[in-house]
Amino acid sequence: MADEGRAEPPTMTTDTSSPRPRARKAAAPAAPAPELRIRTVKAGDLPAVVALDATVTGLHKAAYWQRVFRRYGINGQGQRHFLVAVLDERVCGFAIGEVRDWEFGAPPCGWLFAIDVVPSARQQGVGGRLLAELAQRFRREGVHTLRTMTASDNSLIQSFFRSQGMRAGHLLPLEMDIEAEAPPPAAAGRPRR
Amino acid sequence: MKLQKSTLLALYSVLEFAARPDEHIPASEIAEKYGESAHHLAKVLSELVRAHIVESVRGVGGGYRFVGNARRLTLLNVIVLFEDLTQQLPPPPAPASGTHEALARVLGEIDQITLATLGAVTIATLLKDIADGREALARAERAAG
Repeated sequence: MADEGRAEPPTMTTDTSSPRPRARKAAAPAAPAPELRIRTVKAGDLPAVVALDATVTGLHKAAYWQRVFRRYGINGQGQRHFLVAVLDERVCGFAIGEVRDWEFGAPPCGWLFAIDVVPSARQQGVGGRLLAELAQRFRREGVHTLRTMTASDNSLIQSFFRSQGMRAGHLLPLEMDIEAEAPPPAAAGRPRR
Repeated sequence: MKLQKSTLLALYSVLEFAARPDEHIPASEIAEKYGESAHHLAKVLSELVRAHIVESVRGVGGGYRFVGNARRLTLLNVIVLFEDLTQQLPPPPAPASGTHEALARVLGEIDQITLATLGAVTIATLLKDIADGREALARAERAAG
C-alpha cells in the first residue's frame, strides 16, 4: 500500500488559459457546460492517467501504472476500484481504492490509495465527485468507513479531505527507521533455574 | 490543547463574519453574543484587521466584514496570530542524559499532529460543519415532535 498511498490535492489552481471574450461582439449562445462523468478506467485511459501523474509528480511511471491497471482495472471491480473522471471526452482525474478486510484489526473498510485531478480541472468539484463515487461503490460492498492516509505536512490535500467530511479516525500511523541494524536485545538477566 | 481566551474569541469572530460575508457586523453584536467586553474584543479584531482577515468600516451602518478566503484560511492561520505554537521545553535541569530529549520527542510528535490538524481545517469546512450540525439538530427536533 505504501507506494500507492499518494493522494494529490484536487483543489489547487484554476485554469486561466481560456482567452477572454472580445468586447462589443454579439454574445454567442452559451454552450452547455460539458458533463462530468465518473466511470471505471479503460485501457485507453491509461496514457492520460500516466501523463496526469507525471504532471504532478514529475515522474513518468508507465510500468507502475500498468501494474496498477492490471490489479485495479482489469482485475478490479467488486472490492477494487480504479475510477476516472471524464470531462469533454478527456480524462481529467482518477481515484483508486480497495476494500481491505481486517487490516490493523479493523473491520472491512474502503481505502483510498490515490486521487488526482488535472490542474486545469481543479476547483470544479471533480475530486469530490470521484470521492463520492468511490464511497458509493464501497457502500455497495457493504463497508461503512472510507479511509486514507496523507503526509502530515500536506495541508492542501488534508483540507480537501476534510472539506469532504473526513476526520481523524481511530487508527494512528506509526513508523520507524530500519536502515541501521538494531543492536541485539540486551540480556534479560540470569535465567531462572 | 488549551487556547487563550483571545484566540477563541478570534475564532468565534472569524466564523461569525465569514458566515455573513456580505454584511458589516457591529462588534457589539459579537461582544454580546459571546459575553466579552467590547474593549477586549476590539483588541482581537484589530489583530484580525492587521492580518487582512476582516476589514472595519466606520460610521452608521459600519462594522466588520470578512475579507479573507474562507476556502483557504485555516484555523492555524488565525491561531498563530495570538498564540506561540513553537513552545520549547525549558532547558534540561540536569546534564544531558537522554531523558529530556526523549520527552521532547514525544511532545514534538503531539505538536506535529496538532499543527497538521489545525492547518488542514479551513473556515469554509468549519462553517459547513456548523450548518450540518444545525440541520441535524433541527431534524431531530422535528422527529421528536
